[in-house]
Amino acid sequence: MKQNKYIIIFSTILLLSVTQARAADECFEGTSRAIFKFNMALDNAVIEPIAKGYNKLPEPIKNGTSNFTSNIATLLSIPNHLLQGSFKDAGDATASFLINTTIGIIGLANPAEKLGLKAQKEDVGQTLGAYGVGPGCYFVLPVLGPTTARDSVGIIADTFVDPFAHITWREKELFSSSGNQIDYIAVKGTTAVDFRADNVTNFDSLEENSLDLYASFKSLYLQNRDNLINNSSDGDNDWGNLDN
Amino acid sequence: MKKISSILVIFVLIFKTSFASETYSSDPKMFVEELVNDAISKLSDIDLREEEKVLFIEKIALENVDITALGLYTLGDLRKTTEKENLNRYQKSFEKYFLKSLTSRLTDYSSNKFEVISSDKKNSNYTIVKSKIAPSDNQPEIKIDWRIYTKNPEKPLIRDLIVEGLSLARTQKEEFASILNSNNNDINILINKLEDFLKN
Repeated sequence: MKQNKYIIIFSTILLLSVTQARAADECFEGTSRAIFKFNMALDNAVIEPIAKGYNKLPEPIKNGTSNFTSNIATLLSIPNHLLQGSFKDAGDATASFLINTTIGIIGLANPAEKLGLKAQKEDVGQTLGAYGVGPGCYFVLPVLGPTTARDSVGIIADTFVDPFAHITWREKELFSSSGNQIDYIAVKGTTAVDFRADNVTNFDSLEENSLDLYASFKSLYLQNRDNLINNSSDGDNDWGNLDN
Repeated sequence: MKKISSILVIFVLIFKTSFASETYSSDPKMFVEELVNDAISKLSDIDLREEEKVLFIEKIALENVDITALGLYTLGDLRKTTEKENLNRYQKSFEKYFLKSLTSRLTDYSSNKFEVISSDKKNSNYTIVKSKIAPSDNQPEIKIDWRIYTKNPEKPLIRDLIVEGLSLARTQKEEFASILNSNNNDINILINKLEDFLKN
């Protein structure tokens, strides 16, 4: 309990102190570049080979795994839809979770999508963004990868808001369900491998063609977060300046 | 004589199909559709050698992508203060860099299903064409938006590809900005990095 209090205080201070910075600003670039290098080495040695092996699995197994992790991620989206006042989306996400967990056999299939219920992923970082909290400065976390001040606070807050994290990471019982931290790490690890497996070619291409891979990842991360928060991909449009 | 004329006809046909300029529609939506379908049919042609595919990609890129504008865009505000001579050197290196990275991405291409969904005219200069591509290997479909420059309505040009909301031009611009920022905005360092990439 005492530990949780410290986490909340630390997160709030971090959030308040750095959200004024623009996302393009770095918190500590030198350290972030070193961590990025470490993450890339870890990726080359461990995650990429696992992702390539995963890609060789039969399609139904891959789809089932992907559906299963997406269905669990819906649990985090539901409270965040509510916090953002998107009640319809919260209803759709709840219906999607219930249908996929029951008819879709613990989420291995995705019948909800066939019914037109496509659960949009939301997290606390996005909710804070929707409230107008700026991204703050950018940095890279070991293993977890690119983030911003706002999103890193969001990552910690996710574990308080997410019912799945409540059951597993915090080992509390909810609706007679229980789990442990290994379950949480296993699901998050599988989600990461599934994502990496989907993007093997993109990562290879980026590594092959980038002059500054760190900057490319930063740009892609920030663009993606902007799109997720604004629920659109219109993004920055400074092409007009070119024609002046 | 008949044999010579037959050889001539064959030669003319080969010359025409290999080197003639492919002209696509001036309507942005049709332009993207025709260009991509042409590219898909050529790149998935197993009878074409890799060198022929590279030549094809370079040719359609030079004719249909606004590489000059893309080079200026990716340079950011520095384009306004850079001397003309350095700017020309940068543009030459950028064009080669762009073509090399494009061909490395596309020569291993396998057949995909491509569909243009809609187009949205932003102003007289720009139209965004929305499309989706379904990879052959059961991967989820990918949304691609094409930023088409239409200042010359007769000759639309591609200025950016936005893949699943991620702008390739903006990514490139921010990558170059990072290199320039950490090198005192010295364009020569950026040009050297582009040249190094071309040597590898």
